[in-house]
Amino acid sequence: MSGGFRASGGGGVSIVLDAGEASILRSLVSQVLDLVEPGTTGEDPLERALGIGSAAQPSDPVLARLFPAGYSGDDQAAAEFRRYTEATLREGKRSDAETLMETAGEGRVRLTAEQAQAWLRALNDVRLALGVRLEVTEEVHEELAGMTEDDPRYPAYVTYDWLTYLQDTLVRALW
Amino acid sequence: MGSTAPAEVERPSTDVRPDLPWLAIVWNDPVNLMSYVTYVLQTVFGYAREKAEKLMLDVHHKGKAVVASGTREEMERDVQILHSYGLWATVQRDSA
Repeated sequence: MSGGFRASGGGGVSIVLDAGEASILRSLVSQVLDLVEPGTTGEDPLERALGIGSAAQPSDPVLARLFPAGYSGDDQAAAEFRRYTEATLREGKRSDAETLMETAGEGRVRLTAEQAQAWLRALNDVRLALGVRLEVTEEVHEELAGMTEDDPRYPAYVTYDWLTYLQDTLVRALW
Repeated sequence: MGSTAPAEVERPSTDVRPDLPWLAIVWNDPVNLMSYVTYVLQTVFGYAREKAEKLMLDVHHKGKAVVASGTREEMERDVQILHSYGLWATVQRDSA
């Protein structure tokens, strides 16, 4: 397993990935990209230009976590908030995921400060998606430690734990 | 919660509360890392690390924390940015 991210000067960071790691990362991020379709806006050209979209909460629990309600206990305000923000948020998440797909490869990956921010958000989106699907708790690391390798959840938990490690080393490299 | 109150309220001139009636709240969740939440609060709000860490610990231990206050528009913008980082955040009227 790689040594995580390191600061590389000028606000940039770098990491060495082997072929398998780069492939897993790209595969997971592309799955999130498939899930987060481009923001759908109405037919009205003005609404489209302003990024005004759907007011309905996504039914998929992963999407509901990636695009949470902006108001708690006030459905009308939450719907209105979503109408004005979700299309833009979707575009941002897609752009972050695309940056990771374009830059993740085997060997030393060098990221600018801007690309590092995109990786930070894209890695977190993958962790959120996996976290919802696996129904992880705050004790996920301890759960993994107590799991045997023939546990059907083991591969997914190992992947999640690795993403957590990458995310944490990226934060520390940026600090 | 005071969601039925009008958006603009005339206050007596003796009222010294700052005119910051809306809040941005961050909620605890099992995925976002403590280091990441601290970093995001520093990046989004320009808070010093110490202040961001204290807010993060409030989120972690108390389940939520008020991370900013201001106009409704400002708080909606802040919450949208927090959502872009994957934090679970909501806008709320200050009921205090």
